[in-house]
Amino acid sequence: MSAPKTLYDKIWDAHVVSQDEDGTCLLYIDRHLVHEVTSPQAFEGLRMAGRPVRAPEKTIAVPDHNVPTTTDRVSGVIANEESRIQVEALDKNAKDFGINYYPVNDIRQGIVHIVGPEQGWTLPGMTVVCGDSHTATHGAFGALAHGIGTSEVEHVLATQTLIQKKSKNMKVEITGKLRPGVTAKDITLAVIGATGTGGGTGYVIEYCGEAIRDLSMEGRMTVCNMAIEGGARAGLIAPDEKTFEYVKGRPHAPKGAQFEAALHWWKTLYTDEGAHFDKVVTLKAEEIEPVVTWGTSPEDVLPISGVVPAPEDFKGGKVEAARRSLDYMGLTPGQKLTDIQIDTVFIGSCTNGRIEDLRAAAEILKGKKIKDGMRAMVVPGSGLVRAQAEEEGLAQIFIDAGFEWRMAGCSMCLAMNPDQLSEGERCASTSNRNFEGRQGYKGRTHLVSPAMAAAAALTGHLTDVREMMAESVDA
Amino acid sequence: MEKFTKFTGIAAPMPLVNIDTDMIIPKIFLKTIKRSGLGVNLFDEMRYDREGNEIADFVLNKPQYREASILIAGDNFGCGSSREHAPWALADFGIKVIVSTSFADIFFNNSFKNGMLPIVLPQEQVDILMKDAEKGSNARMTVDLESQEITTSDGTVIKFDVDPFKKHCLLEGLDDIGLTLEKASAIDSFETQMAQARPWI
Repeated sequence: MSAPKTLYDKIWDAHVVSQDEDGTCLLYIDRHLVHEVTSPQAFEGLRMAGRPVRAPEKTIAVPDHNVPTTTDRVSGVIANEESRIQVEALDKNAKDFGINYYPVNDIRQGIVHIVGPEQGWTLPGMTVVCGDSHTATHGAFGALAHGIGTSEVEHVLATQTLIQKKSKNMKVEITGKLRPGVTAKDITLAVIGATGTGGGTGYVIEYCGEAIRDLSMEGRMTVCNMAIEGGARAGLIAPDEKTFEYVKGRPHAPKGAQFEAALHWWKTLYTDEGAHFDKVVTLKAEEIEPVVTWGTSPEDVLPISGVVPAPEDFKGGKVEAARRSLDYMGLTPGQKLTDIQIDTVFIGSCTNGRIEDLRAAAEILKGKKIKDGMRAMVVPGSGLVRAQAEEEGLAQIFIDAGFEWRMAGCSMCLAMNPDQLSEGERCASTSNRNFEGRQGYKGRTHLVSPAMAAAAALTGHLTDVREMMAESVDA
Repeated sequence: MEKFTKFTGIAAPMPLVNIDTDMIIPKIFLKTIKRSGLGVNLFDEMRYDREGNEIADFVLNKPQYREASILIAGDNFGCGSSREHAPWALADFGIKVIVSTSFADIFFNNSFKNGMLPIVLPQEQVDILMKDAEKGSNARMTVDLESQEITTSDGTVIKFDVDPFKKHCLLEGLDDIGLTLEKASAIDSFETQMAQARPWI
C-alpha cells in the first residue's frame, strides 16, 4: 500500500515526464493560456529559434489586459497605439502558430481566467499555466494552476513542459458556515490577513472545510484566485459534484463515454486520509466578517467594523511599510473604516467578474441610486457573462442605479487600458491588488467583495453591507 | 545567456518589505513587445516625479548608488504580478544579485532565467549586508557563485544556498529550452501514454 497522498501530490505525480537526482522535474502541461501582455517576447523567441508551438491544440489565447471596455470598441480600433500593437501582435501570433483564439470582437472574449473555465478548457486534475499570476483561479477545479514568466511561456510553447521542483503542501481549512453578507472574497482576504502575503511562499495550498464545500464554483474560483496574494504557488480545491456539474456540457469538456472515463479519474482526486501537510491554517467561518483592505498590500486586511491601525501596531519592517501605506492612502490611525469616503467603485476582474458576483452586487443595488458624484463601473469578466447578466436583468439594475455597463476585460484591476484612477482618487474595488499605483498613478484602492462594493457605491463611504441587508429585511 | 561566475559591485540598501512587481516596473511599461530598454523605468514611480524629474532621496538616484549591481532588499521581494518585465528592468539597469529574507515564487524563477541571482538569507545576515550597503559606493561586495559566498567590504564572508540545477545553468549560461528539447523523446512517450490514459486532454 502506497503512502497517503495529498491532492497536490496526485496531480503532480500524474504529470512528471522525468525527474533528476536533485528532484528537478520536467512537468507536463495540459493547458497553456496566453494573453497579449506577457507573450509577444515569447513568440518572438520561437521565431528567432525557428521553433513551432509543440501543442497548439492545448494552447488558448485571448486579449484581455489592454483592451478598451467602452462599447465603441466594436468599431475595432484601439486608440492607444502601444496597446493596439500588442493586441495585433497576439492576433498575428495566434494565426501564425495555429493556436485557439478568441479575438476582441468574439462574444466569448474576456479575462483569460474566466474564459478558460467557461469554455471547458479547464478540467479537474489538469496542469494549467499562463503568463499571469492569477492563473491560480483554475485551482477551483482541482487543477494545478499557476502563473509563469515570459521565459517560461516560451518554454511551454516550445516543449509543453516546465522545469519545476515540487512545492510543499499547505492546508487551509475553513470550518463551519459563513454568516449572511460574508462571501468567498472575504474568506480569501481573511486568509491572507491571517497568513501574510509571504505566508504561502514555497507552498501549494489546498482549501477545504465545510465553508469551502458550500461555495459555488464561482466562489471557489474567487478563493483560489487570490492564493497568489498569499504567496502560494497555487491554490487547489478538490473537485466534487458541483465541479463535475459545472464542467459537463461545456464546449471543450469531454463528451459521452469520454466524460464517463474522465469522471472516473476525477473522482480519485482528493487528499487521502492521513496525508501529510507541511503547514495547516484553520479559520472558523462564523468568525469571518466582511473585510476591507486599508493599506497597499493585500495582507492589510481588517473587518469593516475596525479602525485604521497605527504603524506602531506592527513589528519589524512592517512598521515602515505601514507608515508609507497610510501616507499613500491618506488615512489617519484610529479613523473608523466606515468613515472612509469613496470616489469610485469598480466591480469586475478575474477575482469577481463572474455572474454570481454581478448578482450579489445587483441584489444590493436593486431599485436604488448610487451616491451623487460617485463614479461606478461594472466590467463583466467575459462577453458571455455580460450577455447572461443582460438576460437576467442585472445590467438594467446597474444602469438604473447609475453604473457604467462595460465590455469584458481586465480594465481597472490593473489599469493598463484607459480605465484608471486619477491622483488621490479613492476606489472600492472587487479586484485583487491594492499596490501603490495599481489602479492608476497615486490612485487609492480598498479591496472588497462585490456586495460591499455595491454598498459603498450607494452610501459614498466604506459600508458594512450587512446593515443594508437588515434594511431590506425590515422593509 | 551570459555566464554568471564571480563579480564585485556596489550594493544598494532597499529595506522596505513587500516590494511588489508593480513598484519595480509599473504597468504602463508593460505595453512593449521587446525585452530590452526597461532599465530607465525601473522603480519608475519611486524614482521620478510626475514630470519625469529624479526624486533625489530615492536610493538608486543617490550618486553613490547609481552604479549599483546588487540590491539588499526587505522581505517578500518581487511579490505580485508574474511580469518578467520586473527582472528585465532590473537586469537592464545592471542589477545582478538581489538578497532578501524571501522572494515571491514567480519572481524568483524569472530572475534565474535572466542571468540574475536572487539569494535568500536569514534576517541576521541580511542585516549585516544591509549595514554594509549603507556605507555607499566604498562598500563593494563580492559575490562568488561557484563557492556560494558573499564577501562584504570589510571581509566578512557569508555562505548562501542555491539550487544545484539553477546554479549549473547560471554558471554555464545555459538556455532552458535547449536543455529540455534534449529530452524530447521522453516528452513524446509521455504524450503517447497520456493519449491512452487520459484521452480527453
